[in-house]
Amino acid sequence: MPRPSQGAGGLALSALDDSVLDYSVPDYGVQDDSAQDDSAQGDSGQDDSAQGDSGQDDDDPPRGAPGPAAPSVTRPRPPERPGRGRRALLAGRRAVRAVAALLLLAAVWEILPRLEVVDPTFLPPLSEVLLAWAELLRSGELADHAGASLARSLAGFGLAIALAVPLGLLIGWYRPVAQFLGPVLELFRNTAALALLPVFVLILGLGETSKVSIILYACAWPILLNTVAGVKGVDPLLIKSATSMGLKPYRLFQKVILPAAVPTIFTGVRLAGAYSILVLVAAEMVGAKAGLGYLINYAQFNFRVPDMYAGIITISALGLLFNLLLVRLERRFSTWRTT
Amino acid sequence: MKIELLDVTKEFPVRDSGTPFTALSGVSLSVASGEFLTLVGPSGCGKSTLLDLLTGLATPTRGEIRLDGVPVTGPGLDRGIVFQQYALFPWRTALANVEFGLEAKAVPRRERRELAGHYLDLVGLTGFAERYPHELSGGMRQRVAIARSLAYDPAVLLMDEPFAALDAQTRESLQEELLRIWQATGKTVVFITHGIDEAVYLGQRVAVMTPAPGRIREVVEVSFDSREGDLRGTARFGEYRHAIWSLLREEAVPVA
Ligand SMILES: Nc1ncnc2c1ncn2[C@@H]1O[C@H](COP(=O)(O)OP(=O)(O)OP(=O)(O)O)[C@@H](O)[C@H]1O
Ligand SMILES: [Mg+2]
Repeated sequence: MPRPSQGAGGLALSALDDSVLDYSVPDYGVQDDSAQDDSAQGDSGQDDSAQGDSGQDDDDPPRGAPGPAAPSVTRPRPPERPGRGRRALLAGRRAVRAVAALLLLAAVWEILPRLEVVDPTFLPPLSEVLLAWAELLRSGELADHAGASLARSLAGFGLAIALAVPLGLLIGWYRPVAQFLGPVLELFRNTAALALLPVFVLILGLGETSKVSIILYACAWPILLNTVAGVKGVDPLLIKSATSMGLKPYRLFQKVILPAAVPTIFTGVRLAGAYSILVLVAAEMVGAKAGLGYLINYAQFNFRVPDMYAGIITISALGLLFNLLLVRLERRFSTWRTT
Repeated sequence: MKIELLDVTKEFPVRDSGTPFTALSGVSLSVASGEFLTLVGPSGCGKSTLLDLLTGLATPTRGEIRLDGVPVTGPGLDRGIVFQQYALFPWRTALANVEFGLEAKAVPRRERRELAGHYLDLVGLTGFAERYPHELSGGMRQRVAIARSLAYDPAVLLMDEPFAALDAQTRESLQEELLRIWQATGKTVVFITHGIDEAVYLGQRVAVMTPAPGRIREVVEVSFDSREGDLRGTARFGEYRHAIWSLLREEAVPVA
């Protein structure tokens, strides 16, 4: 349908052939527009009701006086915002359902070990785990471990953003860069991050560098691939429209490509956030002296089973919170994506 | 601004074929300054291609396009384009969309806001400045697109089937508004359509195109004694409509 805009001379957007860098592998969450919309609808019920009202303002009323010189123009009325009450109610109902599932899980965890359906030595009741957790918190041990873990995660995650976004923009925008880096990226992308952990340790030692590096490595991929997809996925018509207003490539990039790609980039950032926590544990299981991964490993080694579960719960909560934060942020940056 | 097309031909290379596809062949046409010209032709006859050439987004294979005697070398803010599919920036509000061209023109921020607001008023969208495109109806989006191309005050307005996707009522009201704006601003307008009624209603002249390869078949002068009342229902309007219909129809039969 849309012809490549010849005005964007030499810039390979639609032209970049996919064989060079096939970015459509689902495990990195690279999404095309439709997939993105689906997921947005899945976890954001409020958005739907927020847009529901706009349809009512659509129809222009029939015009009164005909004739080209007629000065009176029927103007659509400014809209009113949708009712908050209904939205709050829907959100409330959803929250109740979500909490119910968690309570059920907690109950099962408490009861099964107590009835000795499962061996309480290996899975102590939740209450014991929570007591152990409280003790770890009180002694300050938990804060130390969580702090160490968080610092590593955030460092790796932050560095990944700083490196992968610019690189992705370059690859998406300049065809020669994509052609040059394509095969190498393809090779590395298909190598599991954790498979490289020993290599990282071998080269960078057992210290912080190797831990942060492995997190960086794991985080970089979803960001990189989503950024490339975001840049390549910009509607050619928008590029054409901007070019027709005489925008030079640099401005075009700044004012059209970048804002259009932001939601897709953010999808990558959100996934990277999840990876930064997932990889963390593995990274901390080798040669660490602090961190939640270390705590879990160490507790298991010393048969402090409740402590081990306390560590696991903490890391889950941490991952959940981080993801929640990023989902929030992502939604903020992509409000216009909802159609 | 005066537009001249001198024997313009546009060919596209065809994949796996030595001979290129001729989209436009020997098109010559001139549009006077301040004139409203409509261009009708069947789908695929090269109307959008012609517009791309006028915009400077594409270059003619042969021939030349001149604006006030100066050959077109690329896009510029002296021409405003309204696309059929609106082409609004979805991450910008209506107001910010209208400001886009003004930013390209480096108009100071304060002035930009004022001008954009003024043009939104002009197209009847007062109060919708902060709405995003997905919160607007099709007709309203098209109004924003029109406001955007008017805002940076181009001498020429190029419109590619801008009202094709709208319902009849919205279309008619936008047609009236467009004429009103044209009369108020004195811009040169080239308006592409495949609707005969629309072409006759809007144009001072109607250029009729032939398909594959696209050529200008004939240019019909349109004038009414009075535009009061139901113009589309008058006998005169019917005559123009029939004349253009016949011209388009002749093209369906291959000329020996
Ligand atoms: N970039 C291109 N490469 C090859 N052929 C093209 C290209 N652009 C247009 N064409 C061809 O040129 C012809 C004219 O296309 P154009 O889009 O100008 O038609 P149109 O008159 O605007 O049609 P419509 O009314 O459907 O919009 C078509 O046959 C089309 O296939
Ligand atoms: Mg067209």
